[in-house]
Amino acid sequence: MLKTLRQIASIGIVSEPAPQADESLRIRQHLQERIRAVLGRALCIRHIDAGSCNGCELEIHALNNPLYNLEGLGVRFVASPRHADLLLVTGPVSRHMEVALRRTYEATPDPKLVVALGDCGCTGGIFGENYASRGRVSNVIAVDVAVPGCPPSPTRILQGILAALAPGTPRTPARG
Amino acid sequence: MPLRAWLERSDAHPGAPGLRALTVTRSQWRQVALDLAAGGARLLGMWASPDKRAPQVRTAFLADRGGLIVTLPEAEAGASYPGIEDLFPSAGRMQRAMADLSGIRSTDPDARPWLRHAAWPGNYLPLADPPPQATDAEPRIDAYEFVRVEGDGVHEIAVGPVHAGTIEPGHFRFSVVGEKVLRLEERLGYVHKGIEQRFTQLPILEAHRLAARVSGDSAVAFSWAYCQALEGLAGAELPARAAWLRALYLELERIANHLGDLGALGNDAGFAFGLAQFSRLKERLLRASQEALGERYLMEAVVPGGTRRDLTPDALPRLRGCLLHLEHEVLTLRTIYDEHEGVRDRFNGAGTVSAELAARLGLTGLAGRASAQAFDLRIDLPCEPYASLAPAKSGRTEGDVAARVAVRFDELLESFRLVHRILEALPGGSHVIPVHVPAEGTCGAGLIEGWRGPVFVALEAGPAGSIRRCHPHDPSWQNWPVLEHAIIGNIVPDFPLINKSFNLSYSGHDL
Repeated sequence: MLKTLRQIASIGIVSEPAPQADESLRIRQHLQERIRAVLGRALCIRHIDAGSCNGCELEIHALNNPLYNLEGLGVRFVASPRHADLLLVTGPVSRHMEVALRRTYEATPDPKLVVALGDCGCTGGIFGENYASRGRVSNVIAVDVAVPGCPPSPTRILQGILAALAPGTPRTPARG
Repeated sequence: MPLRAWLERSDAHPGAPGLRALTVTRSQWRQVALDLAAGGARLLGMWASPDKRAPQVRTAFLADRGGLIVTLPEAEAGASYPGIEDLFPSAGRMQRAMADLSGIRSTDPDARPWLRHAAWPGNYLPLADPPPQATDAEPRIDAYEFVRVEGDGVHEIAVGPVHAGTIEPGHFRFSVVGEKVLRLEERLGYVHKGIEQRFTQLPILEAHRLAARVSGDSAVAFSWAYCQALEGLAGAELPARAAWLRALYLELERIANHLGDLGALGNDAGFAFGLAQFSRLKERLLRASQEALGERYLMEAVVPGGTRRDLTPDALPRLRGCLLHLEHEVLTLRTIYDEHEGVRDRFNGAGTVSAELAARLGLTGLAGRASAQAFDLRIDLPCEPYASLAPAKSGRTEGDVAARVAVRFDELLESFRLVHRILEALPGGSHVIPVHVPAEGTCGAGLIEGWRGPVFVALEAGPAGSIRRCHPHDPSWQNWPVLEHAIIGNIVPDFPLINKSFNLSYSGHDL
């Protein structure tokens, strides 16, 4: 126990300041006002791997490390789409995941945001469209923000998530 | 007939060192598999390759002294070729996948589809030659026949394909009494995205980029194995510096994955401190990699003939400094893990795979080494520079989560040593040479010990710089079926921990 505490004390706080939102990543705007009105401060994200090579998942995991301190920014990952405000979707959408992706989307309460992640989520990537792949995420569900990269760095993912929300404007907590 | 006699009849096969190839008749097919099983060989992979009229069956085995690729020509295979799932249990799913993709069936009575769900009809064969017209089936959920467990109080828990965390998709069907798991049946194939067909549409000199994306966490292992196969069939002699740089990348990939897994394993045992610490270290490594090599994950680093970039001398001290820091921290954290009673309690005795079961089921790679299956390509069948680096082999015999954690720690520390050695002794010269388009019809294979286990890529050249067939094989194929056994008798809440201790690839398996 002492060793654990010593390690915690000697490392200290390693979290870094958050990056600026990147407006260039925005591809759709229409839900923004409603989200701002409805959401509380914490943004709840549900990740869906719809056919990824697992590279993007590695960087989503990295987003949860103490340097990016995602929860400190008021963003958390949740286990159920029913608890989520935003879906973070990776991969070219495999046909075998198409129904599961649609169902997860439908299970997410309105208003909701969708961020497509990685070159595959944006365009189908190197896999493209074929008998087993539907390609880009927007071929299956509506997408608000698309973040390219193979895989996109945690900073880029964070910028994309922030772009999906209203930057610069404090949101009203959903209370009462 | 002893193994040696079959090897004497075989021919050298281009690509990885120690590979041989043998074409057999239908009557020899079972005999060679029987003799290899008796001689302690491991199944490396099975795939069908297009022939003039119908596909031929290919199987790669790994023996202590080399690999053997056995081909059963189409004319000999007939309506259904003799299955080898009784000798090598992991062959069962590979044979079912061959039926789904190439339409060639084995005699195994389990004829359920494996990689094919409802997304394309059974008469559409994605790997037929010439390729068929694309199908446009309406997506739906199909009925898959899970094996039912009957009895008082037995109920089923169905999990997936979408899981609760940031994990790849797959379906697990647990049959349980109370919390105790009686049986687990996996259903995979959800992230099948047509990788093997896609290979045939890419130029052979460019498809290493697709290989790197078979399983993103093993990008270096797959792209190296692909390039090793390609360089073998193009007759390209890899410069020493390129081989050493690839080994540097491969060890960095191993370190990154082990750091990630050790943190996640602590977290799954209720020790969030572990995740915070190890994920901090992993981030530090990824940033050092970005700085020194231009990428956090080395998706583009390995190219035909060498590496995309050279390592500049000014990058060396920072990379070295980062690794020294990581090593120091890992030693501290290992002591904390070892001394933490709560963590030890969860790790010890969870998800045990005995040495005997591991040998029978063909458990491979890191998980195999935790169950007394002491095989590591870097030591037992080394390509350059591993023969010069002489890595130490890690191993445990207990076969539980604690053993798989211990092997990760041991391999992590050994990889630190290897990286320092590589940085010290990196040969000069060119880091890349041109590779020419190989002749049509030539076959080669690459074989690299990735962080998870042996990664295998079989490659056949088509006309004018195209690919006729490329089969990438992830060791997860061998280990997924063993996970079904590892969980038996454990409780459901231990499944995430046990699953993570194997950390198998879905994408690498589903293709």
